[in-house]
Amino acid sequence: MSKRKIVIIGNGISGITCARNIRKNDEQADILVISGETKYFYSRTALMYIYMGHMKFEHTKPYEDWFWEKNRIDLLQAWIELVDFQQKKLICHNGDTIHYDHLILATGSKPAILDWPGKQLNGVQGLYSYQDLELMAEKTKGIKSAVVVGGGLIGIEMAEMLASRKIHVTFIVRESNFWDNVLPKEEAMLINKHIREHGIDLRLSTELDEILDDGKGNVKAIRTKNGDTVSCEFVGITIGVIPNIDFLRDTDLELGKGILVDTYFRTNLANVYAIGDCAEFRDSIGENRKKIEQVWYTGRMHGESLAHNLSSARVMPYQPGVWFNSAKFFDIEYQTYGNVPPQIEEDSETFYWEDKSGKVAIRFNYLKHSECFQGVNAFGWRLRHEFFDRAISEKWTIDRVIGQLDKSSFNPEFYKPYHRLVLDAYNKTRGKAVKFRKTSFFHKLIGSRA
Amino acid sequence: MKKLQVLGLGLFIVGLSIFSYLPFIGQYQLEETMVEAEVKSEHQEVMLSILRPMFGETYQINFQFISDLNRLIDAHNDDLKIREAWDEVIWDDYSFPLTKAAANTPISDYPLAYFSLSVLLAIFGAMLYIVPLYRGEPEGIKNNGIYFSSMKSRGLLGIITGTYLILFYVLLYWFPAYIANLVIMVDPLSKALSGQEASQWFLYGLLYTLAILVMGIRMFRKYKGNMYQTIRTASVMFFQLAFAFLIPEILILLNKPWHDFKNIWPLDYSFFYDYRLEGMVSSGALGMFMLVWGIVLIVIGVPLLTYFYGKRWYCSWVCGCGGLAETLGDPYRQLSDKTLKAWKVERYLVHGVLVFAVLMTAVTLANYFMEFGLLGQATNQLHSIYGFAIGAAFAGVVGTGFYPLMGNRVWCRFGCPLAAYLGIVQRFKSRFRITTNGGQCISCGNCSTYCEMGIDVRWYAQRGQNIVRASCVGCGVCSAVCPRGVLKLENGTEDGRINDMPIIIGNKSVQVKS
Ligand SMILES: Cc1cc2nc3c(=O)[nH]c(=O)nc-3n(C[C@H](O)[C@H](O)[C@H](O)COP(=O)(O)OP(=O)(O)OC[C@H]3O[C@@H](n4cnc5c(N)ncnc54)[C@H](O)[C@@H]3O)c2cc1C
Ligand code: SF4
Ligand code: SF4
Repeated sequence: MSKRKIVIIGNGISGITCARNIRKNDEQADILVISGETKYFYSRTALMYIYMGHMKFEHTKPYEDWFWEKNRIDLLQAWIELVDFQQKKLICHNGDTIHYDHLILATGSKPAILDWPGKQLNGVQGLYSYQDLELMAEKTKGIKSAVVVGGGLIGIEMAEMLASRKIHVTFIVRESNFWDNVLPKEEAMLINKHIREHGIDLRLSTELDEILDDGKGNVKAIRTKNGDTVSCEFVGITIGVIPNIDFLRDTDLELGKGILVDTYFRTNLANVYAIGDCAEFRDSIGENRKKIEQVWYTGRMHGESLAHNLSSARVMPYQPGVWFNSAKFFDIEYQTYGNVPPQIEEDSETFYWEDKSGKVAIRFNYLKHSECFQGVNAFGWRLRHEFFDRAISEKWTIDRVIGQLDKSSFNPEFYKPYHRLVLDAYNKTRGKAVKFRKTSFFHKLIGSRA
Repeated sequence: MKKLQVLGLGLFIVGLSIFSYLPFIGQYQLEETMVEAEVKSEHQEVMLSILRPMFGETYQINFQFISDLNRLIDAHNDDLKIREAWDEVIWDDYSFPLTKAAANTPISDYPLAYFSLSVLLAIFGAMLYIVPLYRGEPEGIKNNGIYFSSMKSRGLLGIITGTYLILFYVLLYWFPAYIANLVIMVDPLSKALSGQEASQWFLYGLLYTLAILVMGIRMFRKYKGNMYQTIRTASVMFFQLAFAFLIPEILILLNKPWHDFKNIWPLDYSFFYDYRLEGMVSSGALGMFMLVWGIVLIVIGVPLLTYFYGKRWYCSWVCGCGGLAETLGDPYRQLSDKTLKAWKVERYLVHGVLVFAVLMTAVTLANYFMEFGLLGQATNQLHSIYGFAIGAAFAGVVGTGFYPLMGNRVWCRFGCPLAAYLGIVQRFKSRFRITTNGGQCISCGNCSTYCEMGIDVRWYAQRGQNIVRASCVGCGVCSAVCPRGVLKLENGTEDGRINDMPIIIGNKSVQVKS
């Protein structure tokens, strides 16, 4: 392959995966990854653990520093202020210019914020970048109380972070249960309870109205739309993220909410691509899939797919497989595979089981007529990705899934065998007689699942 | 921290301080009768004459006493060495038994009182601190603030603790005379158990066992809700208390050779030494059983159990070194070095020690059966090099003393020859692996950070590859701390265990081979 210069803006999971995979197929290309945030790739998802003292920044780097030189991936820490698409040139914050043949935009997201009065006050911020984290560490040093606004994944992480430093947190959530625009009600309520168990003052169906000033430019309190005031020294805004594309406005690049791309990640300009959080698909990429995908795994898959297309003869459209995701709400892990909407659809049936501890729960959705399995939500229960990926793509019936639940668990050894309780509940409520296959004593003894 | 816990911490520090001060109290007075009692008959005459200046003299502190004692013996030896009268040189180290005999301290009169004031007080304080830990908190990972803690992140407290431990080991192995008072303190306990006076090794074994028990209780608190950790910890506590501590003492009481049934050659490097073999061979049926049991463990037990369960069955369920690492060492597990470079060093070192141990044992056995003079000398030389460099300096001083500096498994990872042997079996012929859960890894790094063996678990997890590593001791902590449920220790069929070209589930457009 000819020696071409591929420049990637953004060293997050999507940009870095793309760079690594291009290098695997293409020995020749010049690959340069530029990011203003940090020189080296780190795991954004681990930011919370730095704040909580589980890790240092060093530990969040998935590759040792020598890795990049060895794989001839050049790194540059710089902010790109302008892209000259005609001249194929990037202009850095310090005035340097960089030429490219192929440009990959992987600039990620930034925190969304609404036009609340007082949003510019000292001590009000979102959490996305390493700089945000440092700022948060500085602003929350020694404080007693904080407010987190917005009940999503980053919101609950921020609440956990603050609570780990013994800061009292008031958590303001617009919805009537935590994250219930994604989670069905039972699950959302289970998490409500767990949030409160950690001493968080969770206020549901509550919206922020105004952030109040202490007269010196610092935050003093917030006022909700119900008229309550909550005094606090810090306000975390976590109402969502939006594509980080401001520096690309007023250019020839077509933008929607994000950078508009086709299923090959091509923008409207030749040799310019976009992947990860900042990309917005023009067309649907599959049933129940969003046009902007803002999770780690999809960023990785975007990177893999584009790298393939840039470094092999046969180009392929992006075709994600069965949906999956996971998160952790304080101590309760959450995994989901397939389609589990917050409100059950007309043609579907649902089976929900919750342990009496209130910390373990599982939900199966399936079609009414064919009993075809659609998706699963699990709380406090690790599930085997491979198993559910197969069950969903091969369209197993719900009975078959339940009948093999013992093989689907990914919990550590010696954990309570919840699958038996689930099987019993399923048989009882559905009038069925599904059974597990017997495991021989020898297999039990050697602890084998096979 | 609750008030009770602060009090507990305070009592622990007081207990530890008293314990550390005890070696320096009392007076020392050497009598002829003591020399007669403690010194081998062939040395008695000379020793009596060399040590004459000390008889009747009262020393106010042990330093002075030990230094005089050593000076006199050394002067005698130096003179002989100059004259190359090697046979007459006194090679035996009498400083410990003589100091112990000469000590005239209140500890000898009230050993139990001093034991209570030091060791028991420290344990009591530790329990006051540990038992209420995380009370009222939901079950879950308790790693908050570890990297802000001076003790756990190589801060000043960590360095002080490391220094203290190193100093203790240096005294224990090479200058036990200085801790004679502490040994005197545990004499009654030793007599009650085995009918013998305590040695420094009894003191060490006792403290070691207590450390595992107390810090094991801490593990129960910390990993509350994780059954794998709970059962595993209970197992190491049991094996230490019963197999390493009580049974050997009872054997001595019954006039049988000291034997730890769970210790396996080559970790138990002296298993084939002539005195051990003699001891077993001459102790009737029980001795024969010890010998056969030891050999069966090496030849059949290790490969078979490791085939089915991985090396974890030993390293993090049974072994004493592992037991200490997993309990006392747990607060320091994150300090292991994860770099590729460290992995390289590890492979050279640990296999080097294995080769050394095997060669040494081969020479020992050859000597045992052939009784060839030159071989005998070589054997002794090898034994003393191994005993000093590996048995004491590496396993003890570095292995434990460096917990707060390099993590809790320095010995297990870089030095233990048995771990090397188990590791070879685990790597090449075993059903054990850590399975990675499809595409769920978010590369956060918790697993790598908390792997005590310095395995970069994330490297494998993020590319969907099973972790099959010789060094993995199966502690299960990577799996416990993973926030996305990505890692599972399991035993399964051998096919598909090692996947060099893993595919991450989730992307249908391209199948990336990592
Ligand atoms: C706190 C937090 C927790 C999260 N947890 C999870 C989780 O548990 N699971 C999950 O699936 N997802 C999670 N996410 C979302 C996930 O991190 C993102 O989807 C993912 O990181 C996006 O990757 P990316 O490569 O698209 O962009 P990013 O990782 O955002 O990388 C983009 C990079 O480009 C740089 N950049 C942007 N513009 C410029 C410019 N003009 N010049 C130079 N550099 C520029 C940015 O500084 C940034 O470093 C979390 C996000 C946050 C903030
Ligand atoms: S802890 Fe889990 S999610 Fe984090 S890097 Fe390791 S395997 Fe991946
Ligand atoms: S890989 Fe996991 S189980 Fe193995 S030693 Fe490391 S932390 Fe323990």
